[in-house]
Amino acid sequence: MSRVRAKLIAVTALAAACFTYPLLSLFDRPTLVLGLPLVWAYLFAVWAVLVVAVAVLSRRGD
Amino acid sequence: MVPAWVVVVVSLAYLGLLFGIAHRGDQRAAAGRSLIASGGVYALSLAVYATSWTYYGSVGRAATRGLEFLTIYLGPALAMGCSAIVLQKLIRVSKRYRITSLSDFAAARYGNSRLLGGLVALIAVVGTVPYIALQLKAVSSTFRLVSGGAVSTTDVPAYADTALYVALVLALFAILFGTAHLDATERHEGVVAAIAFESVVKLVAFLAAGLYVTFGLFGGLTDLFEAAAATPALATAVAIDGYGNWFWLIVLSAFAVLLLPRQFQIAVVENVDERHVRTASWLFPLYLLVINIFVLPIALAGLLTLGPAVSPDTYVLALQQHSALALLVFVGGLSAATGMVIVETIALSTMVSNSLVMPLLLRRPRWGGPGLADRGDLGRLVLRIRRVTILVVLLLGFGFFRITGDALGLVDMGLVSFAAVAQFAPALLGGLWWKGATRNGALAGLTAGIVLWAYTLLMPELARTGWVPESIVRDGPFGVALLRPQELFGLTGMGAVGAGVFWSLLVNVALFVGVSLAGRRTPAEAGNAALFVDIDRRTPGPGTRFYRGSVPVARLRDLLARFVGAEAAAALVTEHTARRGVPLPDEALADPELVRQVETALTGAVGPAAARALVASVADEEPLGMAEVVELVGEAQHLRELDRLKDEFVATVTHELRTPLTAIRAFTEILRDNPDLPTEERARYLEIMATETERLTRMVNQVLDLARLESGQASWQVTDVDLRSVVEEAASATAQLFTDKEVALDVEVDGPGPLAHVDRDGVMQVLLNLLSNAVKVTPPSGRVRVAVRADDGTARIDVSDDGPGVPPSDRELIFDRFRRGAAGGTGLGLAISRRIVEQFGGTLHVSDCGGDGRGATFTVGLPVPARRR
Amino acid sequence: MARILICDDEPNIVVSLEFLMRRQGHEVRSVGDGDAALAAVTEFEPDLVLLDLMLPGRDGYEVCQTLRADGFRRKIVMLTAKGREAEITKGFAVGADDYVTKPFGTQELVARVQQLLGAGP
Repeated sequence: MSRVRAKLIAVTALAAACFTYPLLSLFDRPTLVLGLPLVWAYLFAVWAVLVVAVAVLSRRGD
Repeated sequence: MVPAWVVVVVSLAYLGLLFGIAHRGDQRAAAGRSLIASGGVYALSLAVYATSWTYYGSVGRAATRGLEFLTIYLGPALAMGCSAIVLQKLIRVSKRYRITSLSDFAAARYGNSRLLGGLVALIAVVGTVPYIALQLKAVSSTFRLVSGGAVSTTDVPAYADTALYVALVLALFAILFGTAHLDATERHEGVVAAIAFESVVKLVAFLAAGLYVTFGLFGGLTDLFEAAAATPALATAVAIDGYGNWFWLIVLSAFAVLLLPRQFQIAVVENVDERHVRTASWLFPLYLLVINIFVLPIALAGLLTLGPAVSPDTYVLALQQHSALALLVFVGGLSAATGMVIVETIALSTMVSNSLVMPLLLRRPRWGGPGLADRGDLGRLVLRIRRVTILVVLLLGFGFFRITGDALGLVDMGLVSFAAVAQFAPALLGGLWWKGATRNGALAGLTAGIVLWAYTLLMPELARTGWVPESIVRDGPFGVALLRPQELFGLTGMGAVGAGVFWSLLVNVALFVGVSLAGRRTPAEAGNAALFVDIDRRTPGPGTRFYRGSVPVARLRDLLARFVGAEAAAALVTEHTARRGVPLPDEALADPELVRQVETALTGAVGPAAARALVASVADEEPLGMAEVVELVGEAQHLRELDRLKDEFVATVTHELRTPLTAIRAFTEILRDNPDLPTEERARYLEIMATETERLTRMVNQVLDLARLESGQASWQVTDVDLRSVVEEAASATAQLFTDKEVALDVEVDGPGPLAHVDRDGVMQVLLNLLSNAVKVTPPSGRVRVAVRADDGTARIDVSDDGPGVPPSDRELIFDRFRRGAAGGTGLGLAISRRIVEQFGGTLHVSDCGGDGRGATFTVGLPVPARRR
Repeated sequence: MARILICDDEPNIVVSLEFLMRRQGHEVRSVGDGDAALAAVTEFEPDLVLLDLMLPGRDGYEVCQTLRADGFRRKIVMLTAKGREAEITKGFAVGADDYVTKPFGTQELVARVQQLLGAGP
């Protein structure tokens, strides 16, 4: 397996961990951060980071 | 609100535009200037994933269950993150073996099992008809909402329901662009272009709706969220409703994004270039992210401003106060629904015809003697089956929606569909990496999984419609609480859907693995397992040769012609003959490679199970049920024969090795036992030992080379190679051999060095072998000629000698690794040489030098770089 | 001192056999195929033939069978691949007196040849 593929799997696994219990529960609080609900903003932020990371890695190619 | 006739006209205009785009896409494809050859279009077409569920249902879900709606998009984002591993392998396998649907994939992976293919097709239909129904329901209810009518569907007669006409127009679209012709690849560029366009429309419309609600009705995101935070009743909308459910929904949607029939169709079958996956791996998740940004804001706005009388599933539309905007939002929803319905029905039609109808028709040649395989218009029959399937599936969907009425929620029923196709995951994805998976394991897992799915997930939904007594769901069957479908064996804490998914997948995986481990694989299963799992380790070219029947070329070609047309069938045979470099008369028996190619081409048209049955039917001219048995036995026999050949190979190789070893041992002992030998005699014997040791080394290397080639582990760097320089280098490397034996070497290169698309070292090895053979068989003061020429797409190198020639009966045998070289001492060199050139799609054969039986000409045919063809 | 005919198609193996036989003081002649072997037997009248079984053209069995049919009464030793029971059985069936497996031990080969030559006609 190429290094890029291994990195893609690692990034995906990390994102999966961030998207689920128990990490997720740390952010599931009824607070607003910069006027945005904390957990909502957290999920979209992780998601955006995942998109950027995958984009960077897959552009590098195998 | 907008007058109904305006909505109708705009809807029809929109659908007309879709027809236009699809038509243009097909035209461009026919002209060879594809409209969809980009990663961006591929990613957009994948967004067919976002249906009415996303467009209307997510908001409804957010309003009632909080952030749970997001799981349906987080799963795909994760699945696409590792698409370079999973999706890419699915695409490679499907392209190599011309697989065009999920059911064909399952059948092909498990030894062309018709039973498994049929089961997958059946589950796909049962699982997705309700999902199609929901799309029609969404169109129907939003049509009435936007034109100012009542939202409920129950009081409208079926013939007056917009959904019926939408269904009929969509059936027409799917039939026109999805079943226009029977194509070996099942690609529909026009459809893909239209779907990509729809994805743009629904995204733009949804963003417009979201922006209007957030910035038009409220003072921006912050304002909206603060207003919601001030209302304690809305706290659940921005929270997570149970982590167990959350986790299983992510798993479910990660499977669904690959295994839903429409997703497999777009992601795998319609994929035109594997590299597009790279772009889609981030662009498609980005699309999903963007379309989801305003879901929660719209839901909160709806909860804050609309009364409880308004269904949350319609908030997106109900919040629009400008009629133009409402119309745009309606069209966006229409595009979300139509895209799903079109691709889903096309995918289902391929499955139903390939895996359910064709195998059944082929199994019973009851009406009229020779059976279906001998009918002349099979291609048209297949298309007719598919068209009828599309229409039937859409009408089933419409009927389902009419009968269930308002009882079903968009998301609930969609999740039930997701859970149905997730049952494919162990057999399909597991079978892609685990060779030990068996057909029986897949059947057992799938059957048990789908039964549990029906019990834990489908039945509670049906109970809502009153089809099943609600008491079963509430109290369990016969009042046994432990068997309550939604809390099976008392399992609670991960939600009804989470528990159902858990139980069905658990039992599915357990049986899949357990039954696979307990049973044995048939040769066909074992062969196909290796073909799938080791896809990246296999070079294209000769695949399995599990074929023992005998069929004349003409009969095979006629069979193919009935499906793909006479012209394409003839082209395939001609191309094959050209590659072999040997003429193949009509009455000659087809070689296994040709049979395999015809079967592959048929697979594209009718699926692997039917293709195998068809080929078997012409090859054996026996009833089909029997033919399949005969074939399986034949494969087992073939494996035994392979074993016998391997023994023979070992015997041949050890004989070849024994000869130098004998000389070396004899002289070693002679030198040991005779210390008094004269110096020059000692030197002579030592020289012999050195020569024989060298010969031994060469033979061992050849055996290793061959083993490497056979296992497909040789690595080549295929580039454009100047054949003049290779030939000249080979000539100078062997110059000493020629000088020693006083044989002349003529090299003749046609024009400026012809280029070939090959691995340079590989060709060099072949040339060195041919030249040293040539000098060996040519008598002293003879002549060896090398000629290089390029014509019609092939570069050829001829090596001619003045030796005794090769008798016609031995001309194939000398390339056979199992036989001893007829010329004596050539060992494995020729077998290796042929294997090497075949790796690049080249050929190697031998002919008479001048036609008088003396001398031999070895001809190497090599592919030229594409642009020079 | 006896006359030995060597029949093998591998030149280097022939060289070693010639050396071993000459070392014992025998008169040696060598041929590379079956037809030459048949001709040489008539003309050279060997006391013993060292016969390889894998020969181009007429193979060793055929040569052995023909020699016996023609009334050749002297000794024939087969050179055969190791572990081929069938080859050995077939060799004895067509009239060979003994066999030596390749790659052979030189001392064993010489011992067998000497033993056969001492055993009378």
